[in-house]
Amino acid sequence: MTTKHRILIGKPGLDGHDRGAKVIARALRDAGYEVVYTGIRRSPAEIAAAAIQEDVAAVGLSSLSGAHLRLFPAVVEELRHGGAADIAVLGGGVIPEDDVAVLLAAGIKAVFTPGTSLEEVVQAFAAVCDEQ
Amino acid sequence: MSNHPAYTKWADNQLAKSLQRFPERRARFIHHGNTEVPRLAVPADIDQNYLDQLGFPGQYPYTRGVQPTMYRGRLWTMRQYAGFSTAAESNKRYRYLLDHGTTGLSVAFDLPTQIGYDSDHDMALGEVGKVGVAIDTLADMETLFSKIPLGKVSTSMTINSPAMVLLAMYVVVAEKQGVAMADIKGTIQNDVLKEYVARGTYIFPPRPSLRLITDIFQWCGSNTPAFNTISISGYHIREAGSTAVQEVGLTLANAITYVQTALDAGLELDVFARRLAFFFNASSDLFEEVAKFRAARRMWARIMKERFGATNPSSWMLRFHTQTAGNTLTAQQVDNNIVRVTLQALSAVLGGTQSLHTNSRDEALSLPTEESVRTALRTQQVIAHESGVANTVDPLAGSYFVEQLTDRIELEATDLIGRIEDGGGVVACIEDGFIQRQIENSAYDYQREIEEQERIIVGVNDFVVDEESKPPLLRVAPEVEDEQVARLTTLKHERDNADVAASLDRLADKARTDTNLMPLVIACVRAYASLGEICDVLRGEFGEYRDRQ
Repeated sequence: MTTKHRILIGKPGLDGHDRGAKVIARALRDAGYEVVYTGIRRSPAEIAAAAIQEDVAAVGLSSLSGAHLRLFPAVVEELRHGGAADIAVLGGGVIPEDDVAVLLAAGIKAVFTPGTSLEEVVQAFAAVCDEQ
Repeated sequence: MSNHPAYTKWADNQLAKSLQRFPERRARFIHHGNTEVPRLAVPADIDQNYLDQLGFPGQYPYTRGVQPTMYRGRLWTMRQYAGFSTAAESNKRYRYLLDHGTTGLSVAFDLPTQIGYDSDHDMALGEVGKVGVAIDTLADMETLFSKIPLGKVSTSMTINSPAMVLLAMYVVVAEKQGVAMADIKGTIQNDVLKEYVARGTYIFPPRPSLRLITDIFQWCGSNTPAFNTISISGYHIREAGSTAVQEVGLTLANAITYVQTALDAGLELDVFARRLAFFFNASSDLFEEVAKFRAARRMWARIMKERFGATNPSSWMLRFHTQTAGNTLTAQQVDNNIVRVTLQALSAVLGGTQSLHTNSRDEALSLPTEESVRTALRTQQVIAHESGVANTVDPLAGSYFVEQLTDRIELEATDLIGRIEDGGGVVACIEDGFIQRQIENSAYDYQREIEEQERIIVGVNDFVVDEESKPPLLRVAPEVEDEQVARLTTLKHERDNADVAASLDRLADKARTDTNLMPLVIACVRAYASLGEICDVLRGEFGEYRDRQ
């Protein structure tokens, strides 16, 4: 394994369900990444600022409240504003299949729906980090 | 039947009284072939251990249930949690559910409402009307309960940090309908402690939050005696990943904290204790879940009687609502979820729940459609009317396995409560992250078991198929947010803003004292002050909580 990157896991919006976010943060740590978790209820601007400040390679977003279509692209937009368009954004949660394509088109690199294995999530982060 | 003197005493007293007050649903309960179903099966040789550990239903320590005849007298309340979009849309769904035989309402609020933000707040972006209904002012609440008689229907409201505000709105709507306060029936969740470790809709720090809760206990004790002032919830702790033992231990530790806080404020134990309600999760391990409900009931009876010295039997009874486990639903092969929900609901009924919400098959994908909500309700009706399990009381009692499980859960949950108390109590253990770590570790272990196929989830890590057809999903239109904001803006122009400002000022003044804030919040609500405005006043006085990441 080469040098591992840093990853930020963020909970945008008001959704407090962070079981998944925490489990994924831990799985990424076990895979050797340095992981920063924002905690729940952060605005897209706060998440982007934290990502830039922590100099991460990728951001993983989680939302289970149905607000992903507004919030995930807003993080991508805030990163672009902050001159950090190179930071990859991935997302997951209770996301209907039809929304996956919309999110991918809005610049989210990968979208994980319920039932995705940890292995698959870790591999997707590895892939975007390796591109950096 | 038994001729043991303890049995006779129970039959002549508790049972006879109960039969007189609440006649059973049928004159006889029979199997096909006309054999009678016994009301209560008991051992042939009732010994002291049976009397201490199990006893009879409706009698301390309530292991076998809080009512002598349980569902033979009255079935559990079938209460489906619902709400989305606007107050008008949710009102339609409630009336649909009432028409289809639901017997109690359960209101889901959207996240901005639950966190005390108006729909036009920056943080409300994208969340308005999504996981529940958006309520900004009394006007929305009037629409929500339009043509629903609040003197007849009991309403459960999943609201925590701003519970006082929503309760105030409910009280004012009922009053406008001409309903006497004593006739208002329902429950507010009002359980803030678990929000810090599991659910996340906290606003204020723990200590002022506990003060608001105590104010509600006190106000309801003298104004709305039939209203449950809190629903102390293990549900979300379990959803966040805890084990069954942790669910019971952490929930009862929170309950002990609420009781102690109210006692410290000078409230009378046997007045407020009988209006404490509980809310548990029904997950997939059928027998462990049944044992969990039975153990929780016995533990609470002992805590209230032996530790706190409550003397009214109503104070000893753990009455609870149950919801099937949302986290066990899969997005794959969604119809399998109907089967999961059936088994989970069965555990709740075998465990003696007072009310039940069954999840819908499509909830791993989005909010449920009307059709899948109906199937979920039908699941309860099949259990109630076809399975026969409601025809006898506590049918699993005496099973070596279930009794051993019940004893183990009581022992281990009691040990966890002890460790929390050694750590300075619930608030200290939230502040230092002990409770959060307990839950996170269990959640991670569970996920690893799935990854390693030690735990099989049908359709997810085994028995997988390629699926082509996806079920139709309910979507909340994005315009809902803009419309709700527009309604709020109009209302803010049209109301008497001097009246609003005056009522908010009075609230701010009194928040600095130890005056009960409920009457002041009612005055704000009546003036059409918004939820966000009221919560902002309290934020100014109490401060805001940030989690410890």
